[in-house]
Amino acid sequence: MPEIKVTPLGAGQDVGRSCILVSMGGKNIMLDCGMHMGFNDERRFPDFSYITSEGSATNFLDCVIISHFHLDHCGALPFFTEMVGYSGPIYMTHPTKAIAPILLEDMRKVAVERKGESNFFTSQMIKDCMKKVIPVTLHQSVMVDADLEIKAYYAGHVLGASMFHVRVGSQSIVYTGDYNMTPDRHLGAAWIDKCRPDLLISESTYATTIRDSKRCRERDFLKKVHDCVDKGGKVLIPVFALGRAQELCILLETYWERMNLKVPVYFALGLTEKANNYYKMFITWTNQKIKKTFVQRNMFDFKHIKPFDKSYIDNAGAMVVFATPGMLHAGLSLQIFKKWAPQEGNMVIMPGFCVQGTIGHKILNGAKRIEFENRQVVEVKMSVEYMSFSAHADAKGIMQLIQYCDPKNVMLVHGEYAKMEYLKDKIKKEFGINCYNPANGETSFINTSSKIPVDASLALLKSENKEYSLLPPDPKRRRLINTVLISREDGVCLTDSNEAEEAASINKHTVRFTSTIYIRDAGTVESTAQKLLQPLQDKLKDWEIKLLDGSTIGVETVLVKVQADPGEEINKKIYVSWTNDDEEIGSYILGYLQNLLS
Amino acid sequence: MSTEPTKPCLVVTFKGITLMLDCGLNMQSVLNFMPLPLVHSAKFDALPYWTPRDESKDWQIDRELKSHAAANRLFVDSAPEFCPPVEKIIDFSQIDVILISNYTCMLALPFITEGTGFKGVIYATEPTLQIGRFFMEELVEFIERSPKEIVAKHWKEMIHVLPPPLADCIKPKSWKHIYSKAAMNAALSHIQLVGYDQKLDVYGALSVTAISSGYCLGSSNWIIASDHEKIAYVSGSSTLTTHPKPMEQNMLKHANAIILTGLAPLPNQNPDTMLGEFCMTIATTLRQGGCVLIPSYPSGVIYDLFECLSIHLDKTGLSQVPLFFISPVAETSLAYSNIFAEWLSSGKQNKVYLPEEPFPHAFLVKNGKLKHYTSTHAEGFSTEYRQPCVVFCGHPSLRFGDAVHFMQLWSNNPLNTVIFTEPDFVIEQLLAPYLPMAMKALHYPIDTSLNFSQANKLIRDLKPDHLVVPERYTLAPLTVPHRNDLVIEPIGDKPLITFNRGEVIKLPIRRQKTRVLLEPALAETIKPVEIRPGVSMATVTAELEVKDNTYTMKYLESRNGRKRKTQGLPPCKEDVLRGRRIEFGSINPELLIQKLNQEGITGAKLQRTPQSAVILLQDSNAKIELQDNSTLICCNGDLKIRRRLRMCVLQCLKRI
Repeated sequence: MPEIKVTPLGAGQDVGRSCILVSMGGKNIMLDCGMHMGFNDERRFPDFSYITSEGSATNFLDCVIISHFHLDHCGALPFFTEMVGYSGPIYMTHPTKAIAPILLEDMRKVAVERKGESNFFTSQMIKDCMKKVIPVTLHQSVMVDADLEIKAYYAGHVLGASMFHVRVGSQSIVYTGDYNMTPDRHLGAAWIDKCRPDLLISESTYATTIRDSKRCRERDFLKKVHDCVDKGGKVLIPVFALGRAQELCILLETYWERMNLKVPVYFALGLTEKANNYYKMFITWTNQKIKKTFVQRNMFDFKHIKPFDKSYIDNAGAMVVFATPGMLHAGLSLQIFKKWAPQEGNMVIMPGFCVQGTIGHKILNGAKRIEFENRQVVEVKMSVEYMSFSAHADAKGIMQLIQYCDPKNVMLVHGEYAKMEYLKDKIKKEFGINCYNPANGETSFINTSSKIPVDASLALLKSENKEYSLLPPDPKRRRLINTVLISREDGVCLTDSNEAEEAASINKHTVRFTSTIYIRDAGTVESTAQKLLQPLQDKLKDWEIKLLDGSTIGVETVLVKVQADPGEEINKKIYVSWTNDDEEIGSYILGYLQNLLS
Repeated sequence: MSTEPTKPCLVVTFKGITLMLDCGLNMQSVLNFMPLPLVHSAKFDALPYWTPRDESKDWQIDRELKSHAAANRLFVDSAPEFCPPVEKIIDFSQIDVILISNYTCMLALPFITEGTGFKGVIYATEPTLQIGRFFMEELVEFIERSPKEIVAKHWKEMIHVLPPPLADCIKPKSWKHIYSKAAMNAALSHIQLVGYDQKLDVYGALSVTAISSGYCLGSSNWIIASDHEKIAYVSGSSTLTTHPKPMEQNMLKHANAIILTGLAPLPNQNPDTMLGEFCMTIATTLRQGGCVLIPSYPSGVIYDLFECLSIHLDKTGLSQVPLFFISPVAETSLAYSNIFAEWLSSGKQNKVYLPEEPFPHAFLVKNGKLKHYTSTHAEGFSTEYRQPCVVFCGHPSLRFGDAVHFMQLWSNNPLNTVIFTEPDFVIEQLLAPYLPMAMKALHYPIDTSLNFSQANKLIRDLKPDHLVVPERYTLAPLTVPHRNDLVIEPIGDKPLITFNRGEVIKLPIRRQKTRVLLEPALAETIKPVEIRPGVSMATVTAELEVKDNTYTMKYLESRNGRKRKTQGLPPCKEDVLRGRRIEFGSINPELLIQKLNQEGITGAKLQRTPQSAVILLQDSNAKIELQDNSTLICCNGDLKIRRRLRMCVLQCLKRI
């Protein structure tokens, strides 16, 4: 039985450092190569020794596929290609290829320059790594080699995020990366066709959540921001440069315009501004509405939102600031947080998921005192709000995707263990298919059995079709086919028996049986044959029974022939004859006639 | 179905699927019409109406035809008409799929899909749809904004008495007025977007794939494949490096047939040289204080022209000269060109990663060097307009659009120049209604599509089994009849297959095999027998399921075969079919007698004749007659004896 082997090196029962190894049909594929935001030690990267213990990664892997530009999906890529050593092909979409190096560089700066880490990848390494990337477009069938085919589908999580269908021979998997099943203000919803993979590897960040309607959350968000600034408070919204930032900017921009608000809204200069440019140029990846209107007014040209300068941190009065990164683990957002946290009137809104170990995760769990590495202590008096704006599918969305692509097995990754267990049961119950959720380093074996494509001679199928269409229509009738399979050096082919004999140069040997029944029946041979016809037709309803000439009845190769000696009027001989092909009918007819006539 | 190989429209039927390849609109017919000016033109109005010499019959054509002395011909004074693909050869409602290669080959779509009962789908890439849409919008807008009071139709009844070239019009009654915006939108709504290298399933019978053809943004060639056969449709391709993604050639190899259209109609021009001369001529004209008119389509080569011209003007110190791009869709065209990064050459693509706009015209617009307006009446144009300047505007036929306005405005000044870059029309015919004129007219056809020598080289590399081309490609071009090198050469000793408008040809592709799927449960039961080294065989009996043109063979479950036997019911088809094997080899009579003896059937007597051996079994009242390829077993009604004989005989044969 062929099988698919899947081993998560990261994102197994966890969120962060997504990295999944898949082996099928003799090919090894790495899905994502991310880093963990919650760690600063070697746990930050996936454990690549798993693949390098027996030789180089380039020899082991056939390709690496990156689903989107978030660092927990691509953050370890330069480390893997340049420091571990991998020179094979890497696939990602155009927007991912454009944006990923910027985020990587930004992260590298924070790690090396602010935290003073050594043994980290360099800027040059990021560039060298990106040179190995082959960009793909949606729905394009990319042949990595003669047997390995990959195809990207829209995932709607961030700009350029995609799901990948990977096929080797008749085995296939779909890896979702992160995806979103509901369109938002700037992106469309994930979509995949009914590709029936053997395995669907799905993220499960919100495995147990069923989110209320998007409109409610948006109203809630705007109300909180508005209330806070009305009272003169400062609102900090930590975001990742690309993705939620754009959606929330569009939301605030339209609200500010409608309510005619004057309170300043800023976004951290640099990344986000540049990011908006990417959105402008990759507008084909956004949703229908933005695409339609972009010629007249590009949604990403904001009027009310202005660039932020660090000196504004200490400005008096209300303001709203978008700052990176989104989990408050480093950078400007953390800097602002430290300043604003002790004042009661201020507010921080966490619009997305935070991994364990980050400040974001701590304050969301109610921490009121945060101690930093340099012994600095910050009292958190500002209000802390959590709004799930991160574009992951919720439980309903995951179930919907399973229904869309109709897999034979499901594997959950990129989620918390307890939540996965709950969803796993639900999937098993609802779809009656196997569901896996391996931990990091744990290998799952998925048995696959799929249809095997074989060539068939057109003559064979045409003659079957001709025969079938001659029969009266009957929806219950099964179409039957008797063929010969020939396996030669040039391949396997199904043919009819004549073609087969020719192809294999064998001489068919026909074995025919003849038995005689003696009866007494007055009249011509024709009348005797006529008398036999009706009972045979009644008895053998499945078969077509014909009168061939006046005195012979035929069924397939079976012949029932009535004969009499010249001048003889009563004694007749009935020959029943058939080839070995129709042994069952022949012997049945003989037996039946013997019974009937004795 | 189209007379012009650059605006192809073909229909291919394969495996029961009817595919239309491209849907180009032949616009040559519009040259017989008077231009549509934006404002009344004294010059055109002054032309006398033509009246037939033979006044015996009332042709009712007063005010339909204008007589143009300077051009020495007649023009139809009515809204221009177009020559859509021929009707009546094929029922458009039977078309399953239309494949569009690029935006220049889809302008006839509404004629095919609207009001014809068309039920199929159209496949095109996203740039093809978007740019094709504004090509159509521009065309419709140009014609709608200058309505004509009279619809001339009576002249078509009397072309036999008209002077040439009107007399030579082929079936003018089939010409049609442009479609409405509503019909255009309805036609475009049938389009489903595809990406390059995306395999599309057509009713389970075929797969079609668009691959990059290098000619323009989103332009594609198509691979039409079944499990075993492959037809490649090559239309509007380019092996030169310009802004689009380069042409994909590997996928075109090993095709059973290549259908080749869309070659450069004027084969002896090198686009790079033309582009150089184009820039120089413009610079010269400007320096002398003249204006330059470049009648152009709203997308395509125009982007390269902006790029090269602005660089050249900068170099020659003419950077202050304004470039105007006037089209109802100018803004859209410029905006769209910068969002199709994925469809561009890698050089342009890399700019997007910075992120910078891939085309320099975004920069030209930003710093005010390139100005775009929807029309000459648009707000702001008159204040910005100053001479000398360069104007890009439509339509290249000079029969409608803002180009008509500039022709009237500038044609009397010998300092001005009009430059034709689009290869679609013959320059003398274009200018005819504007004669006499003082303005210089130059032709620098910039056509990046394959020329004949490039096409011949490509075909030699691709090595298709058969090559299908329009008949015109086998003859030297009309304009240069002595250039016998300007034809498509046959591949090897196989003759070319040619076609003409309205012709139906049969392609010599014989299908012999197709793909079926074996279910695992069935596959497990197949036990091949080795016939000789390297060849094994097995009989397979299965249930055949035919769904969506896909054959699946399933394990055949017995319908209570055993129960049937014990109850004396007749055998069912499944059991009989499953029992069928192939016996082969020949029987050695001595061996058979030995087997019979082992089975306890004794008293066999062997008689040999030249053709056969007969074994007589008197004890059992039976006879076995053996020949090379057959055996006949005769016995009386004794069931048991017969079964035993059968067993012995089968033991002497090989079976699969």
